[in-house]
Amino acid sequence: MLGILRQTVVAKLNHALNCEQGIGAVALRAYSSSSANKMTVRDAINSALDEEMSADPKVFMMGEEVGEYQGAYKITKGLLDKYGPERVVDTPITEAGFTGIGVGAAYHGLRPVVEFMTFNFSMQAIDHIINSAAKSNYMSAGQISVPIVFRGPNGAASGVGAQHSQCYAAWFGSCPGLKVLAPYSAEDARGLLKAAIRDPDPVVFLENELLYGESFPVSAETLDSSFCVPIGKAKIEREGKDVTIVAYSKMVGFSLQAADILAKEGINAEVINLRSIRPLDRSAVNASVRKTNRIVTVEEGFPQHGVGAEICATVVEDSFEYLDAPVERIAGADVPTPYAANIERMAFPQVEDIVRAAKRACYRSR
Amino acid sequence: MALTRRSLHLHLIRPIFSARLLTTASTSPISIETSLPFTAHNIDPPSRSVQTSPHELLSFFRDMVLMRRMEIASDSLYKAKLIRGFCHLYDGQEAVAIGMEAAITRKDCIITAYRDHCLYLGRGGTLVEAFAELMGRNGGCSKGKGGSMHFYKKDAGFYGGHGIVGAQIPLGCGLAFAQKYSKDDSVSFMMYGDGAANQGQLFEALNMAALWDLPAILVCENNHYGMGTAEWRAAKSPAYFKRGDYVPGLKVDGMDALAVKQACKFAKEHALKNGPIILEMDTYRYHGHSMSDPGSTYRTRDEISGIRQERDPVERVRKLILAHDLATEKEMKDTEKEVRKEVDEAIAKAKEMPSPDPSELFTNVYVKGLGVEAFGADRKELRAVLP
Repeated sequence: MLGILRQTVVAKLNHALNCEQGIGAVALRAYSSSSANKMTVRDAINSALDEEMSADPKVFMMGEEVGEYQGAYKITKGLLDKYGPERVVDTPITEAGFTGIGVGAAYHGLRPVVEFMTFNFSMQAIDHIINSAAKSNYMSAGQISVPIVFRGPNGAASGVGAQHSQCYAAWFGSCPGLKVLAPYSAEDARGLLKAAIRDPDPVVFLENELLYGESFPVSAETLDSSFCVPIGKAKIEREGKDVTIVAYSKMVGFSLQAADILAKEGINAEVINLRSIRPLDRSAVNASVRKTNRIVTVEEGFPQHGVGAEICATVVEDSFEYLDAPVERIAGADVPTPYAANIERMAFPQVEDIVRAAKRACYRSR
Repeated sequence: MALTRRSLHLHLIRPIFSARLLTTASTSPISIETSLPFTAHNIDPPSRSVQTSPHELLSFFRDMVLMRRMEIASDSLYKAKLIRGFCHLYDGQEAVAIGMEAAITRKDCIITAYRDHCLYLGRGGTLVEAFAELMGRNGGCSKGKGGSMHFYKKDAGFYGGHGIVGAQIPLGCGLAFAQKYSKDDSVSFMMYGDGAANQGQLFEALNMAALWDLPAILVCENNHYGMGTAEWRAAKSPAYFKRGDYVPGLKVDGMDALAVKQACKFAKEHALKNGPIILEMDTYRYHGHSMSDPGSTYRTRDEISGIRQERDPVERVRKLILAHDLATEKEMKDTEKEVRKEVDEAIAKAKEMPSPDPSELFTNVYVKGLGVEAFGADRKELRAVLP
């Protein structure tokens, strides 16, 4: 009996330790991931939730349709059957109420994972995310910590119109007390979500609906239940020397496509996947700019006061002498998202926009 | 009760007379009727006959006098500009805090809005920590970083201290959720005012509490004014104990500490078995909404002094003590003097404490700062690494 207890304790300890050591291991593999398997982002998130719920009985899920419906986007499929209705809680459509309840449960020591069907609905609950969650540890001088994760799809989907297409990275990213993550690949989704659930602070986890179905190669290490990706560290998805392209979430994929096109024209682009909006990996971005001397930022969100604006400021402040060209920003258009496909396409960055901006940074005409 | 015990240990200079009064006061039961009957909604009300003891009544008196004195002293400190920003005082409402503590344990949770000084004291917080926090000193309960509206005492089940009207109700239901999840056998009391009673998030949270049978007790401290707006101008139905519809409710004389105790005891038993219940405490605040509000532009001085004459919670307990021969007028006056001295000493001690060290600007932003940099106003001048 004691033997079993000891084993469980040791397993949990290793689980936790490996998460910290994961920093070293993942840094080594920052440049390449050898793959034996593929995994969709959906399965990556589902497996991360499953493993973290299994490892810690204090972790529970709440949100609309997360239980019996198996998740609005099938992200939480199978979890209700496995963990029961006390740990996978279907809520009414009352974001302000259930987000407050989640934060209160976190005050008391549970580890809630609150799902917003999309982050557009988080605006109904934003007072609880900011005033009740983000600021509590500070206002109480460390007495009230809030180990909660707010997750769900963020940014544009396809044809869902103005009220369902906004990116909230910049708004949440500005708030001290929050950690804000934006995974791109399956490895990101798994590792960052596991790190987020284990983190003692409130984490906003910005997924992307259109990425859910995308498959990515995953290493054996990624599939291990102790796998974690460190919060606050960007990943160099593609090494280069001529221009730095910084992006997060779906735009990382677009940036990689742009880098392929640029390569054919002799421009060797370095693509950085931010992974973490807050804390922002300023040193990774600056180190890259000091190497390439040119930078393009890419985001889906509105341009004014966006993530790109912060990256531009940080690069100008810390690496001014290294810049050979002004910072280029590619962002969503300054308009509420239209519905018709042709103008919706114009409202968001496309690969050709990134290519054009990179060329401009390299003083190359179209 | 526990409040007085704690202060007994804290202060060595104390007239032996009064200490003896409390330590020798018996715990033999007395039965007292509440001043008014309870009004019930969708439930059978508890009995008007409350079990108490000489010790309990005497400690009610002392504790309420202490709370009253603390709030009045805070008024002076605010006017002396030692307390800044917002200061929302609770004098008049003491019976709610005291009666509630008498009915519950420290495993039960309390969460409230910004009128939190006395509830903090009731949960075992000290005078020195309260005054130090109000004056922004590092010895404050939130190290001077919270202020009047952000007092917490997690080890005693006090979860603050919240500035956003109404937010504390879903948070309180979350505490109850966690208690049920952990099979804790405890309940959560979430306090709000007649102003907050109209908030949408209250009804969202109440719906979920009822759906999931959470041990949640919603306590409306109805002091009849939401800031400067009288209840009849803000609520179509000011029968707040009935607003839960399918959730049972009880209207309680909030100026009667024994009635409050009875109601909270009743509510705790109910919530553990049947889920949420609403308690409406009919109470009154002598001060305005906050120290920025004189409190006399929207209500008459006659009304305020009338309540003081007829319904003051401290006077009610004083009369009970005299009626039951538990102490003399002089003994109670001595207690009041003692309390005044205690409060003055606490203020003096708090005044000596320094402001937080400048490095505290950057502490507690996160539990785990990950070694990230945070910036001051001039990022080239002031930056820190968050540990």
